[in-house]
Amino acid sequence: MIDTPSVDWFALSPSLTALGAAAVCLLSGAFMPRWILRPFAALFCALGFIGGGVFALLVYIETPHGSLEVADEIFRDRYAAFTQILVMGAGLLTVGVAYSSRMREDHIGEFYALLATAGAGMAFFVQSANLMTLFLSLEWFSVCLYILCAIETDLEGSLEAGLKYLIIGGMGSAVLLFGSALVYGATGELGFSAIADATRSQGLTGDPILLVGLAMLLAGLAFKSSAAPFHMWTPDVYEGAPTPVTGFMSAATKTVALVLMYRVLTVAFPQEKDVWTIAVAVLAVISLAWGNIAALVQSNVKRLLAYSSISHAGFMLIAVSADNELGVRALLYYLIPYSAISIGAFAVVVARERELGETVTLDNLAGFGWERPLLGFSMATFMLGFAGFPLTGGFMGKFLVFSSASEAGWNWLVIVGVLATLVSLYYYLAVIRAMYMRPAAELGLAPIGGSPPREIMLSSAAFIAMVVNVGSFFAVQPLVDFARSAAETLPL
Amino acid sequence: MTDWLATILIFLPLGGAAFLWLLPVGRLAGPIALLFALAEVGFWIDALGQMNFDKPGPEPNFDQKWSWFSDLGVSYHVGFYGFSFWLAGLAVVVMAAAIAYGFWVGRERPSAYFGLMLFLTSAVVGVFASQDVLLFYVFFEAMMIPLYVLIGVWGGPGRLGATVKFVIYTMAGSLLMLASVIVFGLAEGSFDLVTTGTSDNTWIFLGFLVAFAVKAPIFPLHGWLPDAYRESSPEVSAVLSGLISKAAVFGFIRICLLKFPGPFDDWRNVVLALAATGLVYGSLLAFRAPDIRGVIAYSSLAQMGLITIGIFAQNSAGIDGAILQSVNHGLISASLFLLAGTIERRTSTGSFERLGGMARGRPALATMLMVTGIIALAVPGSGAFAGEFLILAGIFNTGWGWSLVGATGIVLAALYMLRLISGVLHRDPGPAVHDAALDLRPAELGILLPLIGCLLALSAWPAAISGNTLEGTAQTPALAQVQPSGSVGKRPSDQPPEERMDFVTFGANR
Repeated sequence: MIDTPSVDWFALSPSLTALGAAAVCLLSGAFMPRWILRPFAALFCALGFIGGGVFALLVYIETPHGSLEVADEIFRDRYAAFTQILVMGAGLLTVGVAYSSRMREDHIGEFYALLATAGAGMAFFVQSANLMTLFLSLEWFSVCLYILCAIETDLEGSLEAGLKYLIIGGMGSAVLLFGSALVYGATGELGFSAIADATRSQGLTGDPILLVGLAMLLAGLAFKSSAAPFHMWTPDVYEGAPTPVTGFMSAATKTVALVLMYRVLTVAFPQEKDVWTIAVAVLAVISLAWGNIAALVQSNVKRLLAYSSISHAGFMLIAVSADNELGVRALLYYLIPYSAISIGAFAVVVARERELGETVTLDNLAGFGWERPLLGFSMATFMLGFAGFPLTGGFMGKFLVFSSASEAGWNWLVIVGVLATLVSLYYYLAVIRAMYMRPAAELGLAPIGGSPPREIMLSSAAFIAMVVNVGSFFAVQPLVDFARSAAETLPL
Repeated sequence: MTDWLATILIFLPLGGAAFLWLLPVGRLAGPIALLFALAEVGFWIDALGQMNFDKPGPEPNFDQKWSWFSDLGVSYHVGFYGFSFWLAGLAVVVMAAAIAYGFWVGRERPSAYFGLMLFLTSAVVGVFASQDVLLFYVFFEAMMIPLYVLIGVWGGPGRLGATVKFVIYTMAGSLLMLASVIVFGLAEGSFDLVTTGTSDNTWIFLGFLVAFAVKAPIFPLHGWLPDAYRESSPEVSAVLSGLISKAAVFGFIRICLLKFPGPFDDWRNVVLALAATGLVYGSLLAFRAPDIRGVIAYSSLAQMGLITIGIFAQNSAGIDGAILQSVNHGLISASLFLLAGTIERRTSTGSFERLGGMARGRPALATMLMVTGIIALAVPGSGAFAGEFLILAGIFNTGWGWSLVGATGIVLAALYMLRLISGVLHRDPGPAVHDAALDLRPAELGILLPLIGCLLALSAWPAAISGNTLEGTAQTPALAQVQPSGSVGKRPSDQPPEERMDFVTFGANR
């Protein structure tokens, strides 16, 4: 007989709201008439994300001090709530981006249901306080994403992307699970804090089995955050998946994986700090080098953005490896403009894809900036944000990340980051160059004719992303204050 | 109101840019941008009236400070010292002329174009006004964005290559500076330039130094210069050589000199050697350049070398001269680039092989080019002479050998400037010069005359600037410590009457 633990429903409310919305979307696919299905499902999916975000905000406000809930399986704290708000925001923008995609009608309900479920899984993931809940929720949102990648069976490469993601993602999960088993084997504990206590009390610091377990856990999470050298799936999956899904993955998946990585490392393995800070720094350097150099030669914009997202995993891992108060603030702050920029950039790619009906390359972006002023200008700010130019949140993010590394005494990491930024300029500016500086006539591109489609939802999503990107530059103080109190529950 | 002047000067053009981008102004974009630029000049003149050049205490004029990001001590802190105020004045005047020229010529996509020009004005004024090192970095980088687009979209046929080179060079410098900014700010506990003390860290110093050396540019970091200056439209070239290079002057003085006196002293001879090399090398290249823009571009390299020599003389005569010469050079090269633009419009070439004999029947063009060229080659009595004289006097106190190189540079300046003048105006008419090519139009004169009027005013009264650079600010004691004791006493800048006399003599002889 197992005792039923007391359940703090309020702590679970963000996940549950999104799940409820998913159920409505799924049922609407079966019961709603065709003509109303798309707006209905999208509306409920959006409401799910909004509701989830509002509940996360309430949890944030109501929880000044973190606590363990539901038989110590999940955290209820501001750190998780902060990330949940980000995930829900990313989901909401994704609904806007995906809204007028040419989608097979029998998939519409499922698409939004899976999107909401993935959001719910991610919201649960960042709350996990235990290696079991961690793995469970990781699989929860990963399975949704596998299907979302493959959902457009008409799209060339979509199935391939789904399958590739499934196999490599399964591999990552297996590594993570094996790592969890080893950690359990070494310490006899599954809860994060309990692992730290057991390590301390049993004098396990430096224990080989524990260290191997830690390394495998780290590798598993690095898979999800697409940090090199565990990034192999990223370019192919990002390229093949339906573009709105790509935007969601690059923003939300990376956010939760990095946030949780930080939590696991600091809460469960404070004793092994000397080891994992170095390991994370090495991951950061490899990601920065690989992501940026490989992006230089890409002409497909989605692949380019995929490599760019690998390099940004590197930037954020710098903040993780700094392991100080400034570092966690830097990480949480960085995620705000980064998520907005990622979704926004892929939204612009979506718009161009729909316009041309083919893959977007640097060449066929020519003239886009002048044809679609709002989207072109937004894309320019996104690229400047990725590259870390001032007047975008990307600059402040990099500034904070480098400051945290410098405060940790790792000035060499600052230099690596700066050099990586320099390399990245070449390809980010190439996008702006393609959009504004090359006349469309030069490339013999003939648009189909007529004015481009008016896509209010997509344009608003891109606009909101741009406002977040630029606004986070000016509002750095309130956002960092927000991040600071979110980080207070971490033992630093 | 007075407190707000620096902020107004920074944000007024930005407001103009937003106005042009958000409202459907269409063809009115040019006039509106010009109005904003002229209003900016008006505010600057207003500020000039309220500027206290002998302000005691470390705070600058129009000091304004708000916390931006308190965790790391970052603030929005702006204000003007004497030297930065003159550079800001140069910025608003040159930008107004450039915008007027762009309007006169007529650029495609006017809203975008003039919006970017106004955005650039904000960034440049912001650089000169910022008293927080991160804010300075923000403006310094923000200058890059409009420049990149202005060259890349409205430039010549080789613009794409030129922009890539320009961006890679300048960003390589400024990103290293970001590392320096961070390490400096964290070490000091604040990024405020007024309240923080000095630092002895050579690595941080070098990060700043290299960024400014690329921006100036200083030999051997000038690789981006010829392409960028040739491929830009004339008014953007004018801004590039006249203003953007002066951001380096500000950085050298405000950060390198005043925040890193120790490393500054250690590295002085290295920088002086490079600047002197740049001075001679740039002058020789200018003398050999086949086209007008080449001459102006390489003469900028030479002049920036000379200005850098003045700053690194590390005494007040040298710095007074460097500031005066910065303003002179900004006005001269802006006028020359705009003149080159008018010539290119008439002949569709800038190559000396196809030019010549333009003076006949074009008295206005000939006079403008002649006056600018004569001032540029630092004829005694001109403002450029006063500036170069002060620089040489300053560097003479630091090491007399350097002044020898500097003097050589001035002789070379006469060579290339006279070659430019005669190549365009004199000799037989070139194949590209048709009789139908008109003299300067009234509008063109209206753009050039204010610039040249400023030059003449500075020729008459150079001490307006050279006597009001670091005077009265708390910076001067910092300078006096590093100043060789022998040079204190009678400072050349205290002698404007003699220079005025030179001007009179020059007029009489002619």
